[in-house]
Amino acid sequence: MLQGWLILLASFAYLGVLFAIAYYGDKRADAGRSIISNPYVYALSLAVYCTSWTFYGSVGRAAGSGIGFLTIYIGPTLMALLWWVVLRKIIRISKANRITSIADFVASRYGKSTLLGGLATIIAVVGVVPYIALQLKAVSSSFTIVMQYPDVVTPAERAAPLFQEEALYVALALAVFTIVFGTRHLDATERHEGMVAAIAFESVVKLAAFVAVGVFVTFVLYNGVGDLFGYAGNHPELQQLLVFGTDTTTYSDWAWLTFLSMLAIMFLPRQFQVAVVENVDESHLNKAIWLFPLYLIAINLFVLPIAFAGQLHFSNGDVNADTFVLTLPMAGQRPALTLFAFIGGLSAATGMVIVETIALSTMVCNDLVMPVLLRIRSLRLNERRDLTGLLLNIRRGTIGLLLLLGYLYFHFAGESKALVEIGLISFAAVAQFGPVILGGIYWKGGTRVGALTGLSAGFLVWAYTLLLPAFAQSGWFPATFLEDGPFGIGLLRPLSLFGLTGMDQIAHAMFWSMFFNIGGYVGVSLMRRQNIVEHSQATLFVDIYDKVGDGSAPRFWRGTASVDDLCALVGRFLGHDRANSAFVDYAQRRGIPSVRELPADADLVHFAETLLAGAIGAASARVMVSSVVKEEPLGMDEVMSILNETSQVIAYSNRLEQKSRELEAATAELRAANKQLQELDRLKDDFISTVTHELRTPLTSIRAFSEILYDHQDLDIAQRNKFLGIIVKESERLTRLINQVLDLSKIESGNAEWNMTDVDVREAIDEAVMATSQLAREKRVQITVDLPDNVPPVTVDRDRLMQVLLNLLSNAVKFCYPADGHIAVRLYDDSGALRVDVSDNGPGIKPEDQRIIFDKFRQVGNTMTEKPHGTGLGLPISRQIITHFGGKLWVNSTPGAGATFSFTLPYHHEPAVEQPIERPLLMGGQHYG
Amino acid sequence: MRTSNTKKQRLIALFFLGCLFFNYPLLSLFNAPHAILGIPLLYVYVFFVWICLIGLTIIIVERSG
Amino acid sequence: MAKKILIVDDEPNIVTSLEFLMEQVGYEVRVARNGDAALESVRSFEPDLILLDVMLPKKSGFEVCQKIRENPLWQNIQIVMLTAKGRESEVAKGLAIGADTYITKPFSTKELVARVRQMVGEPI
Repeated sequence: MLQGWLILLASFAYLGVLFAIAYYGDKRADAGRSIISNPYVYALSLAVYCTSWTFYGSVGRAAGSGIGFLTIYIGPTLMALLWWVVLRKIIRISKANRITSIADFVASRYGKSTLLGGLATIIAVVGVVPYIALQLKAVSSSFTIVMQYPDVVTPAERAAPLFQEEALYVALALAVFTIVFGTRHLDATERHEGMVAAIAFESVVKLAAFVAVGVFVTFVLYNGVGDLFGYAGNHPELQQLLVFGTDTTTYSDWAWLTFLSMLAIMFLPRQFQVAVVENVDESHLNKAIWLFPLYLIAINLFVLPIAFAGQLHFSNGDVNADTFVLTLPMAGQRPALTLFAFIGGLSAATGMVIVETIALSTMVCNDLVMPVLLRIRSLRLNERRDLTGLLLNIRRGTIGLLLLLGYLYFHFAGESKALVEIGLISFAAVAQFGPVILGGIYWKGGTRVGALTGLSAGFLVWAYTLLLPAFAQSGWFPATFLEDGPFGIGLLRPLSLFGLTGMDQIAHAMFWSMFFNIGGYVGVSLMRRQNIVEHSQATLFVDIYDKVGDGSAPRFWRGTASVDDLCALVGRFLGHDRANSAFVDYAQRRGIPSVRELPADADLVHFAETLLAGAIGAASARVMVSSVVKEEPLGMDEVMSILNETSQVIAYSNRLEQKSRELEAATAELRAANKQLQELDRLKDDFISTVTHELRTPLTSIRAFSEILYDHQDLDIAQRNKFLGIIVKESERLTRLINQVLDLSKIESGNAEWNMTDVDVREAIDEAVMATSQLAREKRVQITVDLPDNVPPVTVDRDRLMQVLLNLLSNAVKFCYPADGHIAVRLYDDSGALRVDVSDNGPGIKPEDQRIIFDKFRQVGNTMTEKPHGTGLGLPISRQIITHFGGKLWVNSTPGAGATFSFTLPYHHEPAVEQPIERPLLMGGQHYG
Repeated sequence: MRTSNTKKQRLIALFFLGCLFFNYPLLSLFNAPHAILGIPLLYVYVFFVWICLIGLTIIIVERSG
Repeated sequence: MAKKILIVDDEPNIVTSLEFLMEQVGYEVRVARNGDAALESVRSFEPDLILLDVMLPKKSGFEVCQKIRENPLWQNIQIVMLTAKGRESEVAKGLAIGADTYITKPFSTKELVARVRQMVGEPI
């Protein structure tokens, strides 16, 4: 028999067990042998997500609207897949920055802003207090029901006087329990190992209890699943629950709710607490990713069976579906199971309340109360020696206050619809953290003002579209507000804002709140610029994986501090022993023998700040540290000048680099020029040596024969004459050579004298031909001349022109075949210049030779059979002369078909400036090198 | 690390896959009042996909873990 | 048997003078006007001494000298380089290649004859 005292005893016993586990957990943690440092405990602790709403409410929802209840479990399942990416990053960031709550996270990310922290805290509290009320209701009504065992009687809706309500005592009990549980000391990391152990335990208990009831209902009350559903199939209204509604809005609701719960699993304060703050090891995520969804499946398996069984069993509709988990065992006359179920529900509720209130109290203390208190100078908090007591008391007070608020909400909302839906409404409230936090870890551009705008906008829209209508529906607000909109403005109707209809209330609220939240966040962030702190925090957060070590940011800080001051400051909040040991550790890590010798630099200050942040939040820590340290905050100007300096140095080194590159280029150029000069030098040497050789060759003959004639007086006449002839000829040759070398030299060096007059080229040609006729006749070569009647005069040196003509003609004669030779001289106008062609029908010149004949001392011809008579300088000199006149001298020839030497003379021309070194001209007149 | 990158990518891919399977229109395919072994089709489908997702997650995580 | 002198030069007048000088002394003289002909003559004429001009068409005098020296049969042939370029490098090169001596042009006829006589001995 289930007596009231038995139930009470069981309840307290259970709470006692929880407490014992927590105590043991904390003891082990202090001893350094943590019992919670394993992935299974971690995953189970995450199951605090399942509260009495899951335990009782799921069945209630399933009975009312079919399979839709699963959305809030599918969402977390899907989100768990992304945990490895998202949650891991959040954990990493939080650990690196000693972040201990959601409000802290938001505040820290956006430039350590206390305002933002405060706002986040308010949103969290407003959003979650109703959820706490829900738990209180669950416990108290389940207690009431169970007390009536074996009669299943739904508690009447009565507003009992304040002090007779069970819920109050439940609230009180839970408050005391939680306070003792979670505020025994202040930890810099805000970790509560004992609490985690206890939560993991209670997750097991609630799962076991639920599954027990499920098994009982399915296999004991009925004969298995098929049997149960078969029965259900016979009832048309139950039939409906098996499928979705036919209109697609249900699908969109399904999607929105899934999305909503995805955000909830991340941003419910209790989830943040167990998933991030209490996380011991990132690698635990590996197991959690699938263990948690597995848990969710397990606890949902029997929901539908229980729901249907309940509808079937209590077909008169008296019993609230929310209570089926309890009332079915009762109806089945199972006291033990009933008690177990009750304990399960109690477990689910207490788990939620404990974690949620601890998390909220941390937020309220660090991000709401302390910042305000620190600013009130009259309290002179800066001078208080030990603040740990104050902090703890603030938290205790907060816990008590939260539970009181929860109770009050429950009391005044009564059995209103608001209470049932409030779970989802709470989800929607914490979902507003989604954009600023997710944006905060992936987008460096999110600014403080942007976050403020987004959060506020989202929160306001949420309140307007969900909270207010809920109040209106339970009578706290006039209903006309809902139907006609505020002040009668139809477009602003809370349930169909701006005319958007056809959505479920939650979906509608989610849409608009996200719209304004994200819109405000992104829009305002893009409009304004960040300050230094925001920017460095943003980089710190988004680039957390890029940092080595503890992920600390580059220090934009300058100031003076003393180690003692810092240590004392930290000691005031953490306790002096803890502070000292932390500093000693730090000194050791930096390789400095004692704390005394720690340099009071930016790194130390940052360390102290981080330590403090764990206790009082990042924003407050900053305030405290700056009060101790004579900080000179770097303004934008100073930062800019530092950056300027840096950029100047960079620019300077760039210029240096450029100069050295230029230098290299210049050196390379010099080297090339040097090489060229050496080459030319060599050529000059070659020229000289060739000239020497050419001079010495005739000299050799002259000397040799002179000596021979001298030494051999008795030579016969013939031989004498022969030898004398050679002497004469060689002398002539020598003279010729000397003259030509000198000539060429003069022309090339620009020292030649030019006597430029107007010359009639026809006359010159005539004269030259006349002069060569003798030579031609000897060889029996014919010369023909083709001259136009009239030819404008050209300005040339007549003698030099003659020189060229004679050279060409004598060459032509030389190379003609005797008796068969024919030379043609043509004079004509060729595109604006006078042109002379001297063609012969000799053997022609090979293509490869056509260039070298213009080189000095080069002669072509069959040197096997005859040594050419020339000096090899004729053509080079001719070319120089023609070039000086502004024309060109070249040859066209096909071997075997004679050769034509052509030159042009411009009608009017400035004498060319002589280049001391001849440069080869390629086709088209382009110079190379 | 290459392995953790693959794991990351696979998990994200599985996430999108899950979103796909748990929503309209795939969901609507199974929205019929049939029953398998007495259990409603939709119910079976949802739980089946759920279990599969978890199974695949285990494979991904334990493979590269 | 008279001593044989091979004259290698492409300048006809110089060849004439050298020919005259050598024949005057009484040597048997052959003339080659380029490198290939010179080698051919060495093979067929088997001279005792070669008057070798450096500046030859196609093959240079150095090449010829080198080729001759490569042949073990012709190690004992005396080679006199005739060079118009008085550069030390030329001379050194010649001697390194294997010439026995060198004479710069223009040369003294007396000196040339005396040198040849010294190197190869009297004609008979």
